[in-house]
Amino acid sequence: MTVMAVARRTLAKDLRLEWRAKDAVNSMLFFALLVVVIFSFSFDPTAEESRRIAGGLVWVAFLFAAVVALNQTWARELRNQVLDAYRVSPAPAVSLFLAKAVGNFILVSVLELLMTPLFVIFYNLRSVGPVYQLLLIAVLGTWALVVNGTFFAAISIRTRSREIMLPLILFPISIPALLAMVDATTSVLTGEASPRFWLQLLAVYDLVFTTVCVALFDTVINAE
Amino acid sequence: MKRFFPFFVLVTLALLCYAFYQAMYVAPTESTMGDVQRIFYYHLPHAWVAFLLFFTNFLASIWYLVRRSERSDALALASAEVGVVFCTVVLITGPLWARPVWGIWWTWDARLTSTLVLWLIYVSYLVLRRFATGAQTQVLSAALAIFGFVDVPIVYLSIRYFRTQHPQPVIAGGEGSGLDPRMWTAVLWNLAGFLSLALLLIWLRYRLALAENAVEEAHANRALGPEAEMRSGKSDGRAEAEMRVTKPDGRGSAPQSSSAPKVGKPR
Repeated sequence: MTVMAVARRTLAKDLRLEWRAKDAVNSMLFFALLVVVIFSFSFDPTAEESRRIAGGLVWVAFLFAAVVALNQTWARELRNQVLDAYRVSPAPAVSLFLAKAVGNFILVSVLELLMTPLFVIFYNLRSVGPVYQLLLIAVLGTWALVVNGTFFAAISIRTRSREIMLPLILFPISIPALLAMVDATTSVLTGEASPRFWLQLLAVYDLVFTTVCVALFDTVINAE
Repeated sequence: MKRFFPFFVLVTLALLCYAFYQAMYVAPTESTMGDVQRIFYYHLPHAWVAFLLFFTNFLASIWYLVRRSERSDALALASAEVGVVFCTVVLITGPLWARPVWGIWWTWDARLTSTLVLWLIYVSYLVLRRFATGAQTQVLSAALAIFGFVDVPIVYLSIRYFRTQHPQPVIAGGEGSGLDPRMWTAVLWNLAGFLSLALLLIWLRYRLALAENAVEEAHANRALGPEAEMRSGKSDGRAEAEMRVTKPDGRGSAPQSSSAPKVGKPR
């Protein structure tokens, strides 16, 4: 089978499992909901102010919630040595990585779709700039978080204290992406500046790190 | 190599002393900032050495992934650890200098912020090394090192744009145009001194890492029994520590005698 065929099968399997159990989505959604509520207690913004801080709030909430899902990426494959079986099989490792990354992308996108209305309601958000740009930021930004997150989850699953390790190694690397997402979102919401530079930066970030992930995944998954 | 060690220590000490003399007595007092500017002779060399060490870490990590040589992994670890120490010195001397000159300890200026992020990235690398278990530590941390280094230019680009968009609270002072030649001399002597210190520390840390590996391997071999010990003894007499661990045991006398001459071999 080709790389893409294997990736498609793996992705379909993961999504089917997730659809039946809804483990990751449920815990992620509830976690994000908690973050939204706690944030709204911590800051009591007016509509004008909230436009300025919403970019940060939204993306920090999504980042934290995404970590919950990313941590579960590989846990399923550890049971019954599925990952070891995969390693000895002739299936290319890259397709496993792509399937997992796309799977996480879909999960986090679903989360964002469901949580954005809540943010709009709780913080009385109304965008001054064009909304379609927010969609572009969301797609590029989510991929930026998820592609490295999936890779680093494969690293952190092999350490002691698995769950704690992921944010510790993911957040420092993700700082420029997070900065780009937050600032781009804020500039669209307030309509004060163009998010063009940030979109370009996100695109470069996505491209660079997708390449690095694909190039190194084989090495990491076969590390003994 | 081992014989040169005391000599190396002396050279480093002499360099540091002379650099101190240059920085404190020879270099002229800066006209606006006064004596506090002398912290610059420590701040800048530390920053350069830290960047150099992080670059070394990147190269050693790549080399490890290509060749799987334990030595390059030890070098990667040593350079990252010493690099974080030097970067910490930069982050401490910076605010000490900024406070009297700019009037604030810290500003989210492009250079400061990217140095902080760089520090965070390499601390996370060290955390991973601490928590990973077994032989896979080396591969995983080499991968993370590559991610970290690739991230650096993106960090710098993003933060520079981020900050130039907003008004600066202070005018970036410090180094730049028209440095007095005597100041340059002090900078270069300090650079030489601290580079030498960094090399010394890396050397020590590198040897320690290799010895740690050898001890671990010796323990594993002892658990496996005399046959494994014999095999590893023949494969390469990698480190003295291995010999020291196996010797009092009294087992496997044949491989020990065969690899015994390697113990005293200078590396």
